[in-house]
Amino acid sequence: MPQLDISTYASQLFWLVVCFGVLYVLLSRLALPRIATALEERRDRIADELDQAAQLKSQSEEVLAAYEALLAESRERAHALSQETRHKLQQEAEAQRQKIDAELREKVADAEARIKDSRAQAREQLQGVSSELAGLILQRLVGTSVPQQQIDESVAKALKHRS
Amino acid sequence: MFITPAHAASGFEIDPMKQFEIQTLLPLEVGGVNISFTNSAAWMVIITLATYVFLTTAMRRSALVPGRLQSLAEISYEFVLGMVQQNAGKGSLPYFPFIYTLFLFILCANMFGMLPYAFTVTSHIAVTFAFAVFIFIGATIIGFVKHGVGFCQFFVPKGVPIFLLPLLVVIEIISYLTRPISLSVRLFANMMAGHAMLKVFAGFVGALGLIGGWLPLGFMVAFTGLEILIAFLQAYVFTILTCIYLHDALHMH
Repeated sequence: MPQLDISTYASQLFWLVVCFGVLYVLLSRLALPRIATALEERRDRIADELDQAAQLKSQSEEVLAAYEALLAESRERAHALSQETRHKLQQEAEAQRQKIDAELREKVADAEARIKDSRAQAREQLQGVSSELAGLILQRLVGTSVPQQQIDESVAKALKHRS
Repeated sequence: MFITPAHAASGFEIDPMKQFEIQTLLPLEVGGVNISFTNSAAWMVIITLATYVFLTTAMRRSALVPGRLQSLAEISYEFVLGMVQQNAGKGSLPYFPFIYTLFLFILCANMFGMLPYAFTVTSHIAVTFAFAVFIFIGATIIGFVKHGVGFCQFFVPKGVPIFLLPLLVVIEIISYLTRPISLSVRLFANMMAGHAMLKVFAGFVGALGLIGGWLPLGFMVAFTGLEILIAFLQAYVFTILTCIYLHDALHMH
C-alpha cells in the first residue's frame, strides 16, 4: 500500500503546506473579498430597488387616495347641487302655481262681480221695462193713467217678491 | 493484498494500488529531508492553480447579473458561507476563508482524481491526516483561547449521575481525541476504496474481453457516476465536520 510508505510523507506534507498555504493566502486576500463585494453590491442594489419600489408604491397609493377623496367630494357636491336645484325648482314651481292660482281667483272674482253687476243691471232694466209695459198695458186696458211712481213701486214689489 | 484477476487470466498488468504510488518527478532534499517534487505535489499545484484561476476568471468582470462562471463562484461562496454560519454559529466568520479554501481544495483534489491517469491527492492518509490534525489542534487552541480552562467543561456532560461522571469524562475525551483519526480516515478510505474498485473492475473488463467485458464496463460507468457523487460528498462531509468542531470550540455545546 503506497499510502503507508513513510518516506513519502515529508514531501507530501511539505507540498501540501506550500500549496494550501498559497491557496489560502490567495483566496482570503484576493478572491474571496472580490466575491463578497460582488454579492454585497448586488444585495445593496436589490435592497435599494426594493426600497424605491416600496416608495413608489406608497406614492401611487397616496395619489390614488387623493383621487378617490376628490372623486367622493365632487360626487357629494354634485349630489348637493342637484338637491338644491330640485328644491329651488320646486319652490319656483310652487310660487308660480300660487301666483297663477291667485290670478285665477282674482279673475273668477272679477267675473263673478261682473256677473253680479250684469244681473243687477238686467234686473234694473227689467224693472224699467216692466213698469213701462205695465203703464202701457194699464192705459190700453183701463184707459186711465196711473202715476208712474205707483207703477214703479208695485212692479218693484212684485219683482222682489218673485225673486 | 488485492486480487488481480486480469493479471491471472490474460497477462494484463493491472494493479489497483499502482495508481496511488508516489513517483518522484524532481528530486529535492533540504537538510536531509526528502521533499522531492512528486506527482502528488504536481497535482496539489494543479489544484491550487485551477482553484485560483477559476475564481479570478469568474470574478474578473464582476457583473451585477452574473454569468455562468461568476454564478458558480458565487454559489460556492454562499454554499460554504451557509454551511459555516449554520454549523459553526456565531463568531465563526473569521474562519470562513480557511474553511472555504479547505472545501475547494478537497473538492478539487477529489474531482481531479476522477480524471483518467490523474493522481488523487486526498487518497493519501498523510494529506488527510495533516488536514485533520491541523483542524483538531486549531479547534482545541481556539477553544482554550476562547474559554480558558473552562473549555475542559466540554468533556463533562451535563445532567449525569455523579458516579458515572468519571467514566463518561474518559469516554468524552477519547471520542474527542479520535476525531482527527475518523475525519482523516473517512476521506482517505473513501477515495482510495472507490478508485481501487474502479481499477479492479477495469481489470475485469480487460480479462473478460470483447465478449464478457461489457458487464463490468457498464458497472464502471455507473460506478464512476457514484464516485463523482462521493467525491463531492466527502469534501462536504469533511468541511461540515470541520464546522462542527469549530462550533464545539466556539460554543462548547
